[in-house]
Amino acid sequence: MDQAEANEKIVEALQKKKGKTKFYFNDLAKILDMKPRVAKKLINKMVEDQILEYWSSGSTSLYGLKGAGKQAAADGEE
Amino acid sequence: MAKHKTPLLDQLETGPWPSFVSDIKRQAEFRKANQDKIDYQIPVDVCEDLLGVLELSFVHRRTHWKHGGIVGVFGYGGGVIGRYCDQPEMFPGVAHFHTLRVNQPGGKFYTTEYLRQLCDLWDFRGSGITNMHGSTGDIIFLGTQTDQLEEIFYELTHTLNQDLGGSGSNLRTPSDCIGQARCEWSCYDTQALCYDLTQEYQDELHRPAFPYKFKFKFDGCPNCCVASIARADISFVGTWKDDIRIDQEAVAAYVGGEFPPNGGAHAGRDWGPFDIRKEVIDLCPTECMRYEDGKLEINTPECTRCMHCINVMPRALRVGDDRGCSLLVGAKAPILDGAQMSTLLVPFIKVEEPYDEIKEVIENIWDWWMEEGKNRERLGELMKRQGMQKLLEVTGIKADARHVQEPRTNPYIFWKEEEVEGGFDRDINEFRKYHQR
Ligand code: HEM
Ligand code: HEM
Ligand code: SF4
Ligand code: SF4
Repeated sequence: MDQAEANEKIVEALQKKKGKTKFYFNDLAKILDMKPRVAKKLINKMVEDQILEYWSSGSTSLYGLKGAGKQAAADGEE
Repeated sequence: MAKHKTPLLDQLETGPWPSFVSDIKRQAEFRKANQDKIDYQIPVDVCEDLLGVLELSFVHRRTHWKHGGIVGVFGYGGGVIGRYCDQPEMFPGVAHFHTLRVNQPGGKFYTTEYLRQLCDLWDFRGSGITNMHGSTGDIIFLGTQTDQLEEIFYELTHTLNQDLGGSGSNLRTPSDCIGQARCEWSCYDTQALCYDLTQEYQDELHRPAFPYKFKFKFDGCPNCCVASIARADISFVGTWKDDIRIDQEAVAAYVGGEFPPNGGAHAGRDWGPFDIRKEVIDLCPTECMRYEDGKLEINTPECTRCMHCINVMPRALRVGDDRGCSLLVGAKAPILDGAQMSTLLVPFIKVEEPYDEIKEVIENIWDWWMEEGKNRERLGELMKRQGMQKLLEVTGIKADARHVQEPRTNPYIFWKEEEVEGGFDRDINEFRKYHQR
């Protein structure tokens, strides 16, 4: 799978999920139907390209589409 | 005059212990006085607002911190823990109050100059409040605002030659005991291994893709000064295979009262003359020591290397010559399922560059846990769920008597089909030749 295809699959799948904006890494790996350590390269690139962004509670990390979800708006961040 | 009245916090200061409230008040005064004319990049009264919001939490009996956030430095998914206050009008100084985890130096060795640089940076761009060190081992910078994060990161990496540590679902900052730098008991170079693995696994450290946190901790010997066995997903505990080296003359000197036991650590009180039987021989957990006619003997195959005898008589007893480490896996502190100590996986492994054997074990474990681990499930919980046998299978390690804590207490053995000659299928006609229906 190339990067463009991965981007498309993930963006499409995440946009479909109503009311949920933060996802575990393994949810994303499942969308790509790949082993986690392989999927990681593609998903990391999506963060680098600012399609996805990290969210962290401090103990657990989640991923979301950049800018999606309440917190970004509430905190006045892009 | 303090900005906020804090009667409840003031009460905390009356206890017998050093108080974080007093510390933060002192820092608030320091910032206000600003003797060094620091050009503060975040509000001068950040510490006062911190005390204010804490007091309010005590009054309301609820927290005023929001949980988590989208903060970090570009390209890193860890190292910054976002914290926002839900009463920013009342406490603008802590509207954002993010924490940075800074990767501590190996063995926590600093030069005073380096410490000063860290503190200067933090006074300039943060609250000045630190935690030296957090329980994971990192240097913790407590409290700054979002727009300071990249600036601090740049300064750390470019001027101080210093990286951020781990947080969230990634490899946490590996931590090690002082090891061979200062300690004669260290069975391998903890700092070399800690540094090598930190560099090797930069991606795992900075880009979270694990089900949950994962910790490496390195102890040079079973005294476990960084408590690896109690809290690391992989504990690297130094050990040795051959005999404890005994200097019989030095043993006699301890018995004769010439050397103080435990290096004089308990000299503050008079415990009476040293009694080798009561204080060493009878306390050996495996009863493998003997002291007769002025000669000390140890039955090595029974010794579990608990370190007790060596700790008591360091001039007489020394760790063996054939040294390496044991790998134990699956410890965690309690959140979901209670505290758990780590379990022995590799009884003995040589610790030699480039550590390929060790890395193979690590990566096999990660492959398994990343695929099978549930969200927020630590390795130790996965081990309980799928079993030690599964762990041995994924790491390609053969079962060994040392993996067994005690003899079986139930008679059931579940074989897998591939372990049984001929599988589970049988020839029923052949069977009926011998057995009636
Ligand atoms: C090497 C031969 C044998 C083996 C390996 C064996 C194994 C076992 C095992 C593992 C159990 C426990 C099952 C459980 O806990 O539910 C058991 C129970 C039992 N065995 Fe055997 N057994 C053997 C021979 C025999 C023989 C020759 C007899 C009698 C002629 C016998 C009579 C019983 C009985 C009555 C029970 C049931 C005990 C109970 O329900 O509390 N066993 N056996
Ligand atoms: C002199 C003869 C025997 C000796 C010394 C002996 C010894 C032992 C020992 C030490 C164990 C415990 C092993 C462990 O827990 O790891 C054991 C378990 C067992 N033995 Fe024997 N045994 C003898 C004869 C037999 C016989 C004749 C049978 C069956 C007919 C038998 C059936 C069992 C079973 C089923 C267990 C497992 C019980 C459990 O795990 O709860 N044994 N035996
Ligand atoms: S764990 Fe052992 S080797 Fe490391 S500092 Fe403590 S006593 Fe020394
Ligand atoms: S190290 Fe512990 S188990 Fe080994 S001989 Fe000394 S006291 Fe006994």
